[in-house]
Amino acid sequence: MTMSSLKQYTDLFRQERVALDGNAPAALNAGRDRAMVFLTAAGSLPVKSDEGYEKTSIDEMFAPDYGVNVNRVNFPVNVAESFRCDVPNITTLLAVVVNDRFVPTTTLMKNLPEGVTVCSLRDADSALLGRWLGKTVESEDAALAFNSLLLQDGVFIHVAKGVKIPKAIQIVDIFSGQTPLLAPRRVLLVAEDGAEISVLKCDHTQTPGVEFASSEVIEIFAGEGAKVDWYDLEESSPATSRWCQFRCRQEAGSSLNICAATLTNGKTRNEYLIDVVGDHCETRLSGMAIGSGTQHIDNSSRLTHRSDRSNSDQLFKYVLDDNATGAFEGLIEVSRGARFNEAYQSNRNLLASTGARMHTKPQLLIYNDDVKCSHGATTGQLDSAALFYMRSRGIPLAEARKMLMQAFMVDVIEKIRLDSLRDRLRHLLELRFSGSCGDAACATCRNRADRQV
Amino acid sequence: MDKENEKNNNNKGSLLESDGRSPERVGDSRVIDDVTTGDYKYGFVTDVDTEVIPVGLDEDVVRLISRKKNEPEWLLDFRLKAYRHWLTMTPPKWGHLKMPDIDFQAISYYAAPVKKDGPKSLDEVDPEVLKTFDRLGIPLQEQKMLSGMAVDAVMDSVSVKTTHKEALAEKGIIFCSISEAVKDYPDLVRKYLGTVVSYKDNFYAALNSAVFSDGSFVYIPKGVRCPMELSTYFRINAAGTGQFERTLIVADDDSYVSYLEGCTAPMRDENQLHAAIVEIVVEERAEVKYSTVQNWYAGDAEGRGGVYNLVTKRGLCRGDYSKLSWTQVETGSAITWKYPSCVLAGRGSSGEFYSVAVTRNHQQADTGTKMIHLAPDTRSTIVSKGISAGYSENSYRGLVKVTPAAEGARNHTQCDSLLLGSNCGAHTFPYVDVMNPTAVVEHEATTSKISEEQLFYCNQRGIPTEQAVGLIVNGYAKEVMNKLPMEFAVEAQRLLQITLEGSVG
Repeated sequence: MTMSSLKQYTDLFRQERVALDGNAPAALNAGRDRAMVFLTAAGSLPVKSDEGYEKTSIDEMFAPDYGVNVNRVNFPVNVAESFRCDVPNITTLLAVVVNDRFVPTTTLMKNLPEGVTVCSLRDADSALLGRWLGKTVESEDAALAFNSLLLQDGVFIHVAKGVKIPKAIQIVDIFSGQTPLLAPRRVLLVAEDGAEISVLKCDHTQTPGVEFASSEVIEIFAGEGAKVDWYDLEESSPATSRWCQFRCRQEAGSSLNICAATLTNGKTRNEYLIDVVGDHCETRLSGMAIGSGTQHIDNSSRLTHRSDRSNSDQLFKYVLDDNATGAFEGLIEVSRGARFNEAYQSNRNLLASTGARMHTKPQLLIYNDDVKCSHGATTGQLDSAALFYMRSRGIPLAEARKMLMQAFMVDVIEKIRLDSLRDRLRHLLELRFSGSCGDAACATCRNRADRQV
Repeated sequence: MDKENEKNNNNKGSLLESDGRSPERVGDSRVIDDVTTGDYKYGFVTDVDTEVIPVGLDEDVVRLISRKKNEPEWLLDFRLKAYRHWLTMTPPKWGHLKMPDIDFQAISYYAAPVKKDGPKSLDEVDPEVLKTFDRLGIPLQEQKMLSGMAVDAVMDSVSVKTTHKEALAEKGIIFCSISEAVKDYPDLVRKYLGTVVSYKDNFYAALNSAVFSDGSFVYIPKGVRCPMELSTYFRINAAGTGQFERTLIVADDDSYVSYLEGCTAPMRDENQLHAAIVEIVVEERAEVKYSTVQNWYAGDAEGRGGVYNLVTKRGLCRGDYSKLSWTQVETGSAITWKYPSCVLAGRGSSGEFYSVAVTRNHQQADTGTKMIHLAPDTRSTIVSKGISAGYSENSYRGLVKVTPAAEGARNHTQCDSLLLGSNCGAHTFPYVDVMNPTAVVEHEATTSKISEEQLFYCNQRGIPTEQAVGLIVNGYAKEVMNKLPMEFAVEAQRLLQITLEGSVG
């Protein structure tokens, strides 16, 4: 008896429509009907036979009987308060999301510079919500529809024209609870013309034994000349599933730098939709994935150049051990009439065990002749000559392997423009390759935070 | 026996008389009659000996094709199994192609060899096509034949064919039509048919397996190096290969053969749909080189008409250290959907794929290859060069799969696309699945237009732009052209130049 896992959520939606609408502002409720129409027409969440989802069945991911916090049960905030990602020497403006509930911190509210808003989607300016929510990228798909259906809260970030934030904003997503839970999470970031902002978001699981699933949609609007940096760190538990979609729109002269790292997780599917609509834009999209155990990491990108003279660069690197599975599907699209664009994409993978699997599908979709585009993909193993060199100089095999793997990830780390975060990630990588990350890291994370406060 | 049946039998009687066929056939018809009486309501008539078979496809048509060709029982079973499986399938939609739905019931699945509705004289042939013939230097007789006219004069290639046949027979090489092979070498055909491309493989392969008309069969015995390039070109007059061609090549241990398919001349063809299958079996240390030049009618400048070329080509490198090499130059067809593949099952076996695909006007091509590494130390190389012009869409789609057993497998893929004009599209869809940590797999792709510096350099030295583009494109495609047999390469190069004329804006 196989039934589409979508049904439990659409049933829930029908039953709890009134409660959902009561919990959220009009702008969030406005998207529900359309989402329902889309999902009903699709009939099921994406499965492996759908092009673009070959290696990850979203339907399976959401098959467990997850609950949705319709009754807005309050999870204790003090637990969340003390929970922060271990990034020393970096002072950030911290916001916490417990499951799907936005929890502001007093430091955040006190220290926000003029012209910057960070708040719950429920308290956001309704005109701005109406203008941007679900509209940053004009395409309807399953990830957006599923998220919109049950969305009740989220993070809203607004940076006014010309305002540059010196400190990074940090969003800590935490899963906590004793029963399996689905959290629909949303971030809407609007950087008006000339604004500059960097955001660090990290995902954690506090109760590792419990199954959690997140449906995340991160919408980013970069106005003319705006500069947005987004760093995404996933350190969740093996029982956590994540389906996360970035929807980004870039106006003329803007710069967008997204760097995502999956260090520990259960099943992850990240989708990056980036629309470059203005001329002279710059886009950097990079990611690293470190998989061991039975981790599953799938990154999929679609970067569309709709205008002239822009430049984009994608870089994804994977190191897979044990029985981990990695998938990468990257697409560069150059629209008809979009001239003089340069777009590059690269995917490099290391397989460290016989059980590890890597599936790569880099793609080019080019409709204009005045372009320079290329992609490259390699899958292989550590260079045996390099290993031999190191061992002949007295470095033990395990150590040599660790060093080479760390070195392999360096060019992704280089993409990070926050010095302190770069150092921190290097350290986390070292921990990760020594096999002491994941739940252990979460513990250190908590201790460290205690010490700092 | 009811009246209707009686009438039918009467009809048959008269036909048999007029045809003067042997009376044994009557028995056959009766059996079939009994089997098919129930189907009269669909308008199917069991007049087995008439030349006109109604359009459409059902089990009786499959039986009929098989019987027309006097096929043994096992082959009929194969066809029927394929047909029944085909019914459960739907046409693949994943290609980057805009293809109108094909009405498979509107096609006639058996064309008797004598039936030819070609033009009566060369005056009726598209003058553009004739011009190309002249420029390629094709003799008049062959021009007529290629245009689809019935030619009775003894042609050069026929005599060539006979001389070659003797030379081949001496070495024990079998090269004949697949229908002949079914009659003369049933054991060989039965052993290999459908072993590389199963009838379950895909929609068009199932269809082909059910209704295949004819094709070539090649068998190279152990240790024999085929002394000449085998070419379908020699066999073209014996045509009737029709739209569902099936080719089976078997290279036994330590043998070598180079096989050429197609020719550079534009082929006029009434059939819109071509769903061919090519199967190749390569045994231990054997080597097969398969070269294709495809230049079917591509439709007019507005994209009306043209052939749909939906082909399944696959080779199985079964023996250790065997080698299979595909080389293709694709310039024709309105729609091309083909992925010549290598299944590398023998230890140390290697596969190669070299392709040049040119699309212009409103042509669409979704082509590439699959390299399936099943055994240790297998190697594969893919070089694909796409050239798009006009309003065309040109896609490379390829799969490199390294299974857990393929220790030390190695692949290198290079896909380049060249865009001529701002209304065309060039796309790359490579799939890379690696399940073994010792494998090294590399993929590289670039897309760009012809370099202005190179054009300027040529212009500066007095070479007009059009000619310069030809030069540059030929240089760009050289890596693939070099893999073609000599005489083929020269023709293909000229073809490339002619194809691209007028597409540089």
